[in-house]
Amino acid sequence: MNAILILSGLGVASLVAEFTNLRRWLSVVIVLGLISAVVLTIKDWNASHRFYNDMVVFDNFALAFSVLITIIGLLWFWSSAEYFLQKEARTDRAALALFAMVGSIVMTSFNNMAMLFLGIEILSISLYAMAGLRRDLNSTEAAFKYLLMGSFATGFLLFGIALVYGATGLFHVDAIAEYVSANSATLPGFFYIGVVLMLAGLAFKISAVPFHFWAPDVYTGAPTTVTAFMATIVKIAAIASFVRVFTVAFASVQTTWIIILEIITLLTLILPNLMAAYQDSVKRMLAYSSVGHVGFILLAMISAPASSNSTILYYLTAYAVASIGSFGILIILEKETPDLTIQRFKGLFAKSPLLAIGMTVALLSLAGIPPLAGFFAKYAVLVQALSGGNTGLVIAAVLASLVGVYYYFRVIIAMFLKGDDEKPVSVTTLHQILTVLLIILTLGLGLFPDGILKLF
Amino acid sequence: MMTVFLILFPLLVAVLLFAVRPAQAKLLALIAAVIEFIASLVVAFNFNALGGTQFGLDTPWMTSLGLNFAVGMDGISLLLVLLTTFLVPFIILSSFNHTYDKPSTFYGLILVMQMALIGVFVAQDGLLFYLFWEVALIPIYFICLIWGGENRGWITFKFFVYTLGGSLIMLTGLIYLYLHTPGSHTFAISALYEAGRSLSAIEQSVIFWTMFVAFAIKMPVFPFHTWQPDTYTVAPVQGTMLLSGIMLKMGIYGLIRWLIPVVPLGVQQWGMTAVILSVIGIIYGSCIALVQKDAKRLVAYSSIAHVGLIAAGLMTLNPLGVQGAMVQMLSHGILVVAMFFIVDILENRLKTRALDSMGGVRNVAPVFATTFVVVMLGSVALPLTSGFVGEFLLINSIFQYHPVLGAVAGLTIILGAVYMLIMFQKAMSGEVTATTSGFADLTLHEKWVLYPIAGLVILIGVYPKPLLSISEDAVQALLQSVSNATAVAPL
Repeated sequence: MNAILILSGLGVASLVAEFTNLRRWLSVVIVLGLISAVVLTIKDWNASHRFYNDMVVFDNFALAFSVLITIIGLLWFWSSAEYFLQKEARTDRAALALFAMVGSIVMTSFNNMAMLFLGIEILSISLYAMAGLRRDLNSTEAAFKYLLMGSFATGFLLFGIALVYGATGLFHVDAIAEYVSANSATLPGFFYIGVVLMLAGLAFKISAVPFHFWAPDVYTGAPTTVTAFMATIVKIAAIASFVRVFTVAFASVQTTWIIILEIITLLTLILPNLMAAYQDSVKRMLAYSSVGHVGFILLAMISAPASSNSTILYYLTAYAVASIGSFGILIILEKETPDLTIQRFKGLFAKSPLLAIGMTVALLSLAGIPPLAGFFAKYAVLVQALSGGNTGLVIAAVLASLVGVYYYFRVIIAMFLKGDDEKPVSVTTLHQILTVLLIILTLGLGLFPDGILKLF
Repeated sequence: MMTVFLILFPLLVAVLLFAVRPAQAKLLALIAAVIEFIASLVVAFNFNALGGTQFGLDTPWMTSLGLNFAVGMDGISLLLVLLTTFLVPFIILSSFNHTYDKPSTFYGLILVMQMALIGVFVAQDGLLFYLFWEVALIPIYFICLIWGGENRGWITFKFFVYTLGGSLIMLTGLIYLYLHTPGSHTFAISALYEAGRSLSAIEQSVIFWTMFVAFAIKMPVFPFHTWQPDTYTVAPVQGTMLLSGIMLKMGIYGLIRWLIPVVPLGVQQWGMTAVILSVIGIIYGSCIALVQKDAKRLVAYSSIAHVGLIAAGLMTLNPLGVQGAMVQMLSHGILVVAMFFIVDILENRLKTRALDSMGGVRNVAPVFATTFVVVMLGSVALPLTSGFVGEFLLINSIFQYHPVLGAVAGLTIILGAVYMLIMFQKAMSGEVTATTSGFADLTLHEKWVLYPIAGLVILIGVYPKPLLSISEDAVQALLQSVSNATAVAPL
């Protein structure tokens, strides 16, 4: 709860800073605020707090995901520091991002379907504006597409919530769970339709195939900083809400949704990875690959719905750290020329070794090469899936990650080959420190995964 | 603790090189490698050949994944660790006549590679073994990618994907074993042995292939070898030495430690197939080596032949064969490093690797020619050289296993002599040509690499007993436990 209050306060403060002329203090205030939000959230560990007639519950699950969102938020602000130093609409940008983070935290901590809806809307409305911030054709297209698809998905979700309410008369997640397991024989048919509609609505939000088609276009069109935000914070929040709805509220009617979800998982493992292999734009490739990673997370979830939360949290952490790293480097390169094709990466190692190594570590982690965090994340998922008996999906996952190796290595190979020129890329000290930090984090998370894997 | 030191010391120096980027990276790396070698000698002198696994450490690391940091050395491990620590200083020294871009990265990667190789040879935990196995791939990949030759992007990528694919298959096999260990699962080597031996013959066969493919790719055994000649040729010569001298032994070591004892019934069922594939590899590699025009490629193909012989002898499970494999691993390691260095010296001075444009070097560089002769004689397994001891034991064991296969494998001695002599003749004998007339004899540090190796080739050939005795007990114990397991197991 502290995190929600602090982040909302920071959001309002950013808006106020615009006309009270406190703009230059804003970055410092945001950083301090985020750090204190992390500290206060961690202090609540193991003390489950409930608010507003149980509509919001901060249990360990919510706390862990909130901390992750806040820390990644901090790293994101760091990586896009220059984005916030531009004169134009600086405070609005910060406020939008902060409000989006508030929405994400609500999405991890809701105990009421209405709060889920509220969280998603707070997040989405801020994001629609963020995606359109660059005011050129691509950015506007991305924003408009996101708005249309997002509204469509929210419609499904609302309809599903309404049907579930009609069948159970309940909005509270834990109450629905109890009611469903007690009255499983007498549930009306439209309850199941409600469950499936909610599944479709939330699948849009986590961009699982076949509800993913908006993602590559929106990710590519939006400003790269915003893409990084969508690929990390938004994805963490969406997955958290997805896990919460299906492993808590609908746990006892698992048979209705698990087969659909298995098919979705299979498609999400295969299609985006194949598509990513055909991309020439690194940004678009990363967009597809971020859809592909959802497949692994879903695989963990369907293999052990009750006990996979720590695996999912670890996977998201590893993925988010690597994503901030790779998008951060795209942001730097984009400053010089907007061209982000693989050609652009040729010879990067000679031009700027640190950037090339940072990018390599991030991509190796995403590809799942030991001893980096991404490997242990995939490994934990695969072991869970094998002991859950999903051998077929495991084979698909292994093949998908081999395809992943191919497209990530296209970029890595380009960076270490000889380029056309050796003009060094200018990198701010702030970003150099961030790159080193992210390399250490990726290695550290890999070598000491117990801290997260044994949380729950 | 000594084992942990051997693993961590090169890593620490590597991190230092990456972080500080000293001007004298070469020298620092060489000093570190020498210290590492001395440390491994200390271990060897304190080693009790009858004492089983020693210098061990077993401490929980990633408990949520069932991974313990469990390391230790028996005779087999120790010999390979000694090979690694012995060769790395020479590999670093051999680079002194090259100037590489970004030297601290280059030498740092070599040391990271050394760390991972030693880790592979001492790991006593399945997942830890896998981690070191994979970590060894990353530095060598980047050494080849950054400092390699023409067309390196795709060649090294093929190498990477091949070995990674093999390792992933091995990982699924390891996880399968892990899920069959009792209680809350563990990757401890003894638990995996037990789990593997309790499986049915069919399951063991499946596991056999998941592991064998990974090891066969690494060595490489026919028909998994297609990445090897290109990669050896395109890699910078230090990379080739690491690949052929040490990394290839990871595959053979994997067979000894992580295949034969784990699934004895699977080995019983498919051992013959493995021996036949290896023997095909011997003939195939030798025949292609015969017609090579490029000196580096010739040595690369000869390596396929040699390694095929080692794998074949090993898979007979005859004590002679296993001991022969141990000796031959050492002998091949030092010989192939020397051979690639000789090719590198030729290429460096003549700016070509084409054998047809060489000739007459013997007349202008007699010292070089003499060392070349010693290394060549070792390679063709002349009696009183190190190559002879190993090849004799190996061919003997294959002959006992199956006379026809033994006879075919024995051809390696003849074919090996032919392609080596062709190479020597084309490069060294004959009239001095325009390109070779200015050929300078060995420089001081080249002598420092080639003299000790040439000396060792003869020393092992004349008096191999100390080396054999280090691993003898471990080999006996290994074969004993395997024959116990196959005798008790229901067929």
